[in-house]
Amino acid sequence: MSKAPPLLQINQLQRLMIGPVSLAVEEGDCLCISGPSGSGKSLLLRAIADLDTHTGEACLRGVAASNIPAETWRRRVGLLPPESVWWLPRVGDHFRGELPVTLEHIGLTAAVMAQPVAQLSSGEKQRLALMRLLSNHPEVLLLDEPTANLDPENTRRIEAVITEYRRVQRAVIIWVSHDQTQIARVADRYYAVSDGTLEERTIEGRQWLN
Amino acid sequence: MVELSTTDLAIAAVLVLLLALLSIRLRSNISQQLIIAATRTAVQLTLIGLVLKLLFAHANLGWVMLMALIMLLVAGREVMVRQERRFTGWWGYAVGTISMFLSSFAVAVFALVVILGEDPWYTPQYAIPLLGMLLGNTMTGIAIAMDRLTQTAWEQRAVIEARLMLGERWEAAISDYRRQAIRSGMIPIINAMAAAGIVSLPGMMTGQILAGAAPVEAVKYQILIMFLITTGTGLGTLAAVSIGSKHLFDERQRLCLDRLRQP
Repeated sequence: MSKAPPLLQINQLQRLMIGPVSLAVEEGDCLCISGPSGSGKSLLLRAIADLDTHTGEACLRGVAASNIPAETWRRRVGLLPPESVWWLPRVGDHFRGELPVTLEHIGLTAAVMAQPVAQLSSGEKQRLALMRLLSNHPEVLLLDEPTANLDPENTRRIEAVITEYRRVQRAVIIWVSHDQTQIARVADRYYAVSDGTLEERTIEGRQWLN
Repeated sequence: MVELSTTDLAIAAVLVLLLALLSIRLRSNISQQLIIAATRTAVQLTLIGLVLKLLFAHANLGWVMLMALIMLLVAGREVMVRQERRFTGWWGYAVGTISMFLSSFAVAVFALVVILGEDPWYTPQYAIPLLGMLLGNTMTGIAIAMDRLTQTAWEQRAVIEARLMLGERWEAAISDYRRQAIRSGMIPIINAMAAAGIVSLPGMMTGQILAGAAPVEAVKYQILIMFLITTGTGLGTLAAVSIGSKHLFDERQRLCLDRLRQP
């Protein structure tokens, strides 16, 4: 019997200055990417989520994106942008699916759903944006500097939710981060963007933690 | 009806000249534009008068169609240039023009055949002014709606993409802005209907009364025209916004703002 295809496979993906990028990521793996601003990290995530035209192809469990309806693909391959966006008056209006992780995990209660979005702090918005994305139960999570503008407390909560989700759902995580200590905490593999391609690096500070 | 002589028009022209002189005295730099626009009015209307005279004398379908086509193409260009962030390439012209063609021509032919019932149905005395009024108003509605749609898509890119990222279909992701665009395209004609007869006396009705028609007959025509214009504008706006919002996305439901021209 042949081996099952990896959960996420990226073949020769290319968009503007980034690529071609090829990767295979197995269930439950967390892969971190860093690189200078303008190096195309966000563009790579957008291309994987199929939000921009690109060459090459991403496959989910061996099925190419082009064979999956776009909205289904984006529900299964969820992208969390650095700044959360809200368009309806109340928090709860933005949620449809069931939450895979309880709101207590992010230090909030169900009462937050009735609150106007305007009353949230930026930390709360980012935590809730993550929950909103997780309510789609994505198999792949693309995180674009999810904690870049957050204090250590909010950062810790976001990391805890992602770790929990990854453990329970066996999801693939692709995490763009500048923070070497964060990368040491969460990554299984670490890549740096260099000249438009991904170069695998050793995770600094990992030996300390172990 | 009082026939106007060239002298009568010359007197009215002197009024505009006086206004121009006054604005020079007041150092407002509008006088040149004023004179050019006034000259254009005189020349363009004289030419169209001659064209209509010829057209009325030779009422055949071919000439009426040619005239209608020219009016449509000119209106299409007008819709295009009034949008700041219109679609690039021939789409910028086609969205408005096709929508106007669908709505104005359909409504005009319907009114000519079913309601007015002249023989032949394309009698230019009815067909050309009717189509002109329909195109003029539909043009405004479509231009406003498309301008609004493309502008908001540009400004609200983050929201539209956030909704796509959460797995919504393109129709859902743009639905709010689509609604707003249709609404803003329809508002002028709704306001015109609401104000008709109280705030303003519509031009066509006034014209008929000046020409000696009984006021009640003129009013009936005006009501008919208002309803036709509303239908034409509404259908045209719906068509343009539907075609336009679909063209903002590609086959993978990606928001394609590169299809919009930079202002």
